[in-house]
Amino acid sequence: MLTVTDAHVTFEVAQTKRWPWSPPGIVHAVNGVSFTLKAGRTIGIVGESGCGKSTLIRAVAGLAPLAQGRVTLDGQRVDYGSRASMQRLRSRVQMIFQDPIASLNPRMTIREIVAEPLGFFRPEMDAEARRDAALAMLDRVGIPATQANRFPHEFSGGQCQRIGIARALVAEPKVLLCDEPVSALDVSIQAQVVNLLKALQREIGLALVFVAHDLGVVRHISDEVLVMYMGATMERAPAGALVRDPQHPYTRALLSAVPVPDPRVKVAPQMLEGDLPSPLDLPEGCLFRSRCSRAVAECGAARPPMVPTCSGEAACIRLPAPA
Amino acid sequence: MLSVETLRIRFRTGDGLVHAVNDVSFRVGAGEKLAIVGESGSGKSQMALAVMGLLAKNAEAEGRVLWEGRDLLTLPPAEMNRIRAREIAIVFQDPMSSLNPYMRIERQLTEIVEQHEGLGRAAARARALEVMDAVRIPEARARLRAYPHELSGGMHQRIVIAMALMCRPKLILADEPTTALDVTVQAQIMQLLSEVQRDLGTSVVLITHDLGVVAGFCEEVIVLYGGRIMEQAATLPLFERPAHPYTRGLLRAVPNVEDPADELIAIPGSPPSQRAFPTRCPFAPRCVDAIESCRLTLPELTGGRACLRPVEELT
Repeated sequence: MLTVTDAHVTFEVAQTKRWPWSPPGIVHAVNGVSFTLKAGRTIGIVGESGCGKSTLIRAVAGLAPLAQGRVTLDGQRVDYGSRASMQRLRSRVQMIFQDPIASLNPRMTIREIVAEPLGFFRPEMDAEARRDAALAMLDRVGIPATQANRFPHEFSGGQCQRIGIARALVAEPKVLLCDEPVSALDVSIQAQVVNLLKALQREIGLALVFVAHDLGVVRHISDEVLVMYMGATMERAPAGALVRDPQHPYTRALLSAVPVPDPRVKVAPQMLEGDLPSPLDLPEGCLFRSRCSRAVAECGAARPPMVPTCSGEAACIRLPAPA
Repeated sequence: MLSVETLRIRFRTGDGLVHAVNDVSFRVGAGEKLAIVGESGSGKSQMALAVMGLLAKNAEAEGRVLWEGRDLLTLPPAEMNRIRAREIAIVFQDPMSSLNPYMRIERQLTEIVEQHEGLGRAAARARALEVMDAVRIPEARARLRAYPHELSGGMHQRIVIAMALMCRPKLILADEPTTALDVTVQAQIMQLLSEVQRDLGTSVVLITHDLGVVAGFCEEVIVLYGGRIMEQAATLPLFERPAHPYTRGLLRAVPNVEDPADELIAIPGSPPSQRAFPTRCPFAPRCVDAIESCRLTLPELTGGRACLRPVEELT
């Protein structure tokens, strides 16, 4: 129902040490990512900070300019320049943000916050119906109606994230974009929010795009996982298969770095060396090759295409042959 | 070496007192690696600040923090300054904001030894290069000339660790050293800390909320909740046979990459308010095993756990 094809996002930055009239530098934040999301499914997007995962979903939501590529929603292409198309997109695709407290207006009560989208998407509803819908939605995410007249600062981080989820879901969207929704929360609260998202997904058949840097959480909530590096897809596979049998060298390195809460597990030696190449000046060939332990000369020849693996696909020319 | 005895930390705020740390005691011996695990608001960072004598002005600390026999809480500032950096050093959570953006890396490092050991410029510079080498910063000589904004987050944290090592302290307090970093960089930094610890024989107190990081690094773990110790044990038994309902809940709530369980087991409820000194078990309102007496009495830490219910009866 949501299809992203060959998305590119670029930003212009003023460069230092040049003349005022020299052209601005271009940061290539997202370089050709494609994915398809079906109703009621979850796609997880993981990668290190700066890999473009948040920018990608911000572009899908229309919060960052899409330089190239196509987003289609229920078979219809989204036109980010048209008001009507954006209205349609926003009523079906909503977003929750990383910092739960900063994403709520401190001067509105949480009932007003949750009721506000209804005024925009359901103009036919009167004030009382909006109020009731907001209270019902708050109740569904576990905030009792008795607390609905409080302000965001009276709630903890976990509760604020629940309120953010209520605000996103009150107008009944089909897709929820989650931009690191639990990385600011404590482990015990994080599990509550993840479970809430899964329960809501089961109830209303919501499709989720779940962006996070924590592979443990992503593995848990996703059906399919997309691994991004330098704005490009390195590997895409069902969550279980990705963790059990990672194909791309970058996925392997990323997995080996995840700390396991078991002292008997020996800490694996780190495979990633070196720094990320500059997104201002993308290298030829494979983007990961400067840090890859298996890189050979041919890796520098051309950007590797996605090739099928045993369970998904990966962008690497040195993959083991699929069995 | 370091012995903290019934430490209490309170804050006077506009809304009254906040009891951040309530009767915490522990010791750290030479060359030991201790982890203090807790969620935000559990008082773990305040304990580190109390040891360094860096508590905020509205804080009151009671109890004793003994460092080789001397009580750091009552030490005059001049004496305390001789212990900071030289004997006990701290690595702060946010590497980006722990460096002065106006100073070159060289000055941030050499300042410490010039101040504390009275070394000259050249000797300080040599020490800086040596320490940067120890924390595996490539091209150390060139990096000395750099400003913090020219370096990546992982490189910042290496510099901050280098700063802590400049005077070869006996104890490093690492307050969430990897929270702001990516997993890949986190793994590198943890590996570095354990190498430094092994090579220099420094004791490390690792303060973190991430049980995964603890498992691979520390020998002993203290689990903190609501400013009190819930459980204290060696790492292996703590992970294999957690003896406190909070530790059990915490371990179950961590999403494990290898475990495909469908539902995460969350701990219900939210963290305690700390407006009053606890008179009952702080975890009781969220505890699945709580009985009536848990809501009336404050369990003391006995045999490494502070819980009224016997281990066998826990779910």
